[in-house]
Amino acid sequence: MKTLSRIYNFLVFAFLYAPIVVMVVYSFNGIKSRSVFSGFSLQWYQELFRDSVIMKSLYTSLLLAVLSAIIATVIGTAAAIGINATKGLRKKMYLAVNSIPMVNPEIVTAVSLMILFVFVISKFNSLEMGFGTLLISHVTFCIPYVILEVLPKIKGMDSNVYNAALDLGCPPAKAMLKVVLPQIKPGIVTGLIMAFTLSLDDFIISYFNSGSNVQTLSVTIFSMTKKPYSPKINALSTLLFTAILILLLIINLRQDKSKTAKKKGAKAK
Amino acid sequence: MNKLNARMRRVMTAPFAVWMAIFVVVPIALVLYYAFTDANGSFTASNITSIWEYRGTYLISIELALTATVICLLLAYPLAYSISKMKARRQQTMVLLVMLPMWMNFLIRTYAWMTILEDTGLINTLVKFLLSLVGYEFEGFSMINTNGAIILGMVYNFLPYMILPIYTVLTKIDKNVIEAARDLGANGFQIFTKVLLPQSIPGIISGITMVFVPAVSTFVISKLLGGGMTYLIGDIIENYFLGNTGEVNYNVGAALSLVLMVLILISMGIMNHFDEDDETNGGRVI
Repeated sequence: MKTLSRIYNFLVFAFLYAPIVVMVVYSFNGIKSRSVFSGFSLQWYQELFRDSVIMKSLYTSLLLAVLSAIIATVIGTAAAIGINATKGLRKKMYLAVNSIPMVNPEIVTAVSLMILFVFVISKFNSLEMGFGTLLISHVTFCIPYVILEVLPKIKGMDSNVYNAALDLGCPPAKAMLKVVLPQIKPGIVTGLIMAFTLSLDDFIISYFNSGSNVQTLSVTIFSMTKKPYSPKINALSTLLFTAILILLLIINLRQDKSKTAKKKGAKAK
Repeated sequence: MNKLNARMRRVMTAPFAVWMAIFVVVPIALVLYYAFTDANGSFTASNITSIWEYRGTYLISIELALTATVICLLLAYPLAYSISKMKARRQQTMVLLVMLPMWMNFLIRTYAWMTILEDTGLINTLVKFLLSLVGYEFEGFSMINTNGAIILGMVYNFLPYMILPIYTVLTKIDKNVIEAARDLGANGFQIFTKVLLPQSIPGIISGITMVFVPAVSTFVISKLLGGGMTYLIGDIIENYFLGNTGEVNYNVGAALSLVLMVLILISMGIMNHFDEDDETNGGRVI
């Protein structure tokens, strides 16, 4: 039974990783083929860095992800604190509206925003689709996920601490910054990382709302898939995957370190 | 925290309330408005009635998405179960391994399958080569640009969304209940159907929604792996808004999106109903 389940797990993971392995291997292919491998080469990586369209869209995507993650985290965290203290119908309404972008199919969110932008732009001729519309739409779909991460942390926090700070004469705004925020920091950080990755990975919403002058990396990749095959796309995916792997390793190692540090601290006591 | 004064509360929620009103509520209202008006802005029901033409597209989208969802469920449950039985440290690693492919761009993952399934792709080249060793001339399978390839793409991309919620509920099941069932003489199959399965319903339901919703509304997978041979509802909506291969018509596009949204809300309502039913039934039995 045990070997059987091991074989099964192995097969599922093989299925999950097969395309990734194929992408990585063919990024080093000496010739432009996706079935025959002939000689190790780095030429596709060189071409990748020389491709100004890809580099520019990578920059757009990173900038967009950083900005929308920060804005969504600020709005979302404040909202989560406020929603937690709100009661009754108003609270239900907030939560219902918040769940709309998570429940709706992405394409519906995408076209509904596109209709809004086109509608507004048709009234004011000076505006056009571009980075601004991308930023607005990314912030919109990131906010709910930030609230989803932060709200449970506030619920689980001891409310007396905040009240004690007020009783001791701390102004509410300062109490919020010095007392509440540090306690919910893990939730905020998770929300921020989540918003960043959601924004970076998004294709559908960017595809409908980027206009013709600005492209995110996903949109560029999509237009590359329609053209004749180029191993540049493999080189790009390999680099992205490696970056993610390193990022995850660093996060994990840091967690391990803080865990062992805590254990050591406990022993010393 | 509950003593947060009213002014503070309003200040904290105001940006959120304004933002969501303008960029979530108003756009949905605009979808409704466009769905029920014509190009001149006067009321019409013809957009909604014209959707009848696309009933076949809705049906094939639902059929492919349902097939993919069922396959995901069948693949995910055993894996989620065996991960939930591992040691804590190993569980963490396995969950990370399940999540890792999701961090790779969705388009790139789908594109990779294109290169594997193609007529001159990896599988065909490999099979042809092996058969040529025994002196057999092989035409190759035609895998790309079929509905099977679309289903494969859906299963591949959304499988982690099924594994993770099921795994989460399985780790929460009290091991003592399983022990108790075994002590009382239940066999493996009975433990599965009477103990594990009922308790994992919430995870299964959120897994089904997380796979079915993106699968039924996709246009990327059908374009890349279906080669434009099968039009899904997402493809039609995309065409009406961006007009890559036809006329742009926001009104019909909005009507199609509205129907898709309502269909999904209804199916989610039905599923959540099952969830609640199960809990009340369980309560009554106990």
